[in-house]
Amino acid sequence: MELVDRVLKGEIRAVAKAITLVENGHPDKEKFIDSIYSKCGNAVVWGVTGPPGAGKSTLVDKLIDQERSKGKKVAVIAVDPSSPFSGGAVLGDRLRMQSHATDPNVFIRSMASRGHLGGVAGNTTDAVRVLDAAGYDLIIIESIGVGQTEIEIIEVADIVLLVLVPGMGDEIQALKAGVMEIGDIYILNKKDHDGIEKLEAEVNYMLSLKGYDELKNPVVLTSAVENIGIVELTHTIEDYYSRLKTSNRLTHKRKKRVREEIQHLLISKIMTVINKNLETEKNIDHWAEKLISGEISPYSFFNQKIKNFLEESSENADTN
Amino acid sequence: MSNKSKVAQEKERWESNVVNKLINKFPERNANFTTGSWMPLERLGLPKDCGEEYFEKLGFPGEYPFTRGVQPTMYRGRFWTMRQYAGFGTAEESNERYKYLLNAGQTGLSIAFDLPTQIGYDSDAEESIGEVGKVGVAIDSLADMEILFDGIPLDKVSTSMTINAPAAVLLAFYIAVAEKQGVTKDKLNGTIQNDILKEYIARGTYIFPPKPSLRLITNIFDYCSREVPNWNTISISGYHIREAGSTAAQEVAFTLADGIEYVRAAIEVGLDVDVFSGRLSFFFNAHNDLLEEVAKFRAARRIWAKIMKEKFQAQNPKSMMLRFHTQTGGSTLTAQQPDNNIVRVAIQTLAAVLGGTQSLHTNSRDEALGLPTEQSVQIALRTQQIVAHESGVANTIDPLAGSYIVEEMTDRIESEVWDYINKIESIGGMVKAIEKGYVQKQIQDSAYRYQKEIESSERIIVGVNKFQTKEDQPEDILEVNPRLREIQSQKIADVKAKRNNEKVANKLAALEAGAKNPDVNLMPLILDAAREYATLGEICNVLRKEFGEYKESIVL
Amino acid sequence: MSEKVRILIAKPGLDGHDRGAKYIARALKDEGYEVIYTGLRQTPDSIVATAIQEDVQFIGLSLLSGAHKELFPKIVDKLKEQEASDIHVFGGGVIPDRDIPFLLEHGVEAVFTPGTPISDVVKFIESVK
Repeated sequence: MELVDRVLKGEIRAVAKAITLVENGHPDKEKFIDSIYSKCGNAVVWGVTGPPGAGKSTLVDKLIDQERSKGKKVAVIAVDPSSPFSGGAVLGDRLRMQSHATDPNVFIRSMASRGHLGGVAGNTTDAVRVLDAAGYDLIIIESIGVGQTEIEIIEVADIVLLVLVPGMGDEIQALKAGVMEIGDIYILNKKDHDGIEKLEAEVNYMLSLKGYDELKNPVVLTSAVENIGIVELTHTIEDYYSRLKTSNRLTHKRKKRVREEIQHLLISKIMTVINKNLETEKNIDHWAEKLISGEISPYSFFNQKIKNFLEESSENADTN
Repeated sequence: MSNKSKVAQEKERWESNVVNKLINKFPERNANFTTGSWMPLERLGLPKDCGEEYFEKLGFPGEYPFTRGVQPTMYRGRFWTMRQYAGFGTAEESNERYKYLLNAGQTGLSIAFDLPTQIGYDSDAEESIGEVGKVGVAIDSLADMEILFDGIPLDKVSTSMTINAPAAVLLAFYIAVAEKQGVTKDKLNGTIQNDILKEYIARGTYIFPPKPSLRLITNIFDYCSREVPNWNTISISGYHIREAGSTAAQEVAFTLADGIEYVRAAIEVGLDVDVFSGRLSFFFNAHNDLLEEVAKFRAARRIWAKIMKEKFQAQNPKSMMLRFHTQTGGSTLTAQQPDNNIVRVAIQTLAAVLGGTQSLHTNSRDEALGLPTEQSVQIALRTQQIVAHESGVANTIDPLAGSYIVEEMTDRIESEVWDYINKIESIGGMVKAIEKGYVQKQIQDSAYRYQKEIESSERIIVGVNKFQTKEDQPEDILEVNPRLREIQSQKIADVKAKRNNEKVANKLAALEAGAKNPDVNLMPLILDAAREYATLGEICNVLRKEFGEYKESIVL
Repeated sequence: MSEKVRILIAKPGLDGHDRGAKYIARALKDEGYEVIYTGLRQTPDSIVATAIQEDVQFIGLSLLSGAHKELFPKIVDKLKEQEASDIHVFGGGVIPDRDIPFLLEHGVEAVFTPGTPISDVVKFIESVK
């Protein structure tokens, strides 16, 4: 495939086209990903998440500055929600990163969630692979911070940066349930705003409840708009990353991630095969009626269906 | 004691204490005012009978809470200043237009600068490509400013300059030109817009972040209160907020909230509220909904008076007066059937005058197409003159007062405005509300709703979604010389060749040192650099280096 | 497979009037498109780089300062340089009728002046996408 070569050479237009391919779930996508797969695994992936208005994009903008000054090639995937009504989206996160638009070693891509729950667009994993194969050293994923559904970012990122700001009121309560635990590094942004001490105390309290952890989650205070605390933050990230590596946690994390991906992949593949065989889309209304009227009972009916399917496929396998 | 007698008593007091004192110094335009058919016309319509509420809410013109106007005789004393915003191309071309306008009976100048000037870039900067001289005149250094005011005595005109982020620099150029004309600073009259907050909200010509921007603004307040006492140091502007799509109440609310922020900043650096507040001025929009607009202006005066008196404990009544300039609504003009715009502008003029404006710019019919032609500008100016001299509305003060519906609307706008102001205060002030995107969001939601209503024809715009006709656009739309950037760049090169570059470098170094120290007033340092022909871009770049640049952060 | 039309709405030049750009961005979102919005003061280079990275099919330019004759063709040319001429460019803002033929000749495919209903923009997008 010509596109594969061009992506591996790092051609920007090709990288962009390849991301569209995976984003749209194009029929050529699987072949494409398989062809680049062996070139993946070099990039470090940071996930940046947190509630709306926490200053995530501004922070990412400043992190790009830092990493560029070290000569790294940086890619950003910024995920924003699609409208549940129209399916459209306004993607504006890159507005705060536009000073990097013309830097050939920075690639920024906005993605709409397209109805995928979890805060990270459905095909983000594959988009990360494209960027990884194209030679970006660091890939930053900025995801929607909308409460509990953003937990999926840990399935994509090596390090999760959770950005919080003072004055969120009850929002922090919602965050506490689940999301608060996903951070590797806690960034308390807008440190000059009222309530920063309270927020810091709350985060530290929450972390103390996590119990003993040899890595200990760092808490960093920043003011992204004023570029304060950013250098310290990158040091913290580097330090944390090297500790992740030496403690073998990174390997463990990545393996866990791949395991989960395999499970997702299997489920969706099997679903596709089964749905095709049973003609689910065509029949589902009919089955529903039968279930409602009591004509059939759920388990025996579908067990029989699956059994028939399995027998048919093994017969097919025999004859082949 | 009956209220009736109180009104009569109060009227007597007002006339003898306030009006007569003023008339002795500044007589009214006529000894007697009548209608067009010679019916006698009272200076001020008053209720025959009323409760205390009247005195609290309305009072008398020239007195707290100034709902009925800031001067005791209003337009019976003197018409509003007719001030057409103009400027395009080179300083030479604009100079010609200003002389034309002054000859046509205009009473004040209003300078439009091009975008590079407004954002502190010289014409030869990369960023200026395509924009030089487009929406206003290109000014790169004192040399351009000298040409701009050539033959216009600065002690005789009042000049309003629509300049914000680099306001200090343009004011310095103006002072330096005056010095060359032999006019001292205390003789200068005029206004700089100098309102950075609404740039972040609605207009987009910002340079520096809020903190250093507010420092420049308070530096100007302080400097002018001592050196240029008749200068209006800021024109706190709702005009652009409305243009961006806000409602009438939002326009007032966000403008006054900006005002609160400026007053607070000035008090924080130790300025006396009664020293600088009298030089604050405002700038509003006038739209087509006549009664609502009149109510808006009246409400704005009443609220500002309360803010200054109660929140900031101002003592001097001048500090409580909301004096404002009005411009008719640019966004209400249509590219379709452009002559219809003359009628829209006439209605808006009436709104501004019935609302008690101190000065007015009327838009030209062809501004939705491009820069206005001379003929269109003349019609716009004539519109004001017809309202002033023929309509009769200027012959009695605040004529719509007491209309049930206008008073009701005034109250309603006031209460909506207080809700917004309180909300913004609870966020932590206007800077924080802008950073959070609260203000922008309110405006965008209103703008979106408005546009949707036009799309669905719930709201009729004549000639746009109803009563359309097939038509050709007028041919005589002004076009700016596309070679202007080259011309200006050559001028900059000439200036740089002629000036004493060592002196310039010294003055710029002094400015840089001053910028590092937040206790230094930068105005004198900028003036020193301006006098040596440092360019606008050079001065702004020194400040960019020290202050950093503001980045837009809020999307939708 | 879920294909979406992606559109970059950009403001070239120094003009700060973004009411129109923001309206069109939001309205196109409501029509089901994915809109990338980059804010004020974008240079031709940054607009083209953004369009390429975002792999948009359309660039919508909004300008009210009168610099459209200089800036719009520049963006078209830069797309050509980057071999990205398949990206469609349209424009809007304060643009006199007499300038429209010039812009069309220089690669701008459609010009929408004030008062154009959003349905016209949608019609254009659907007809060339």
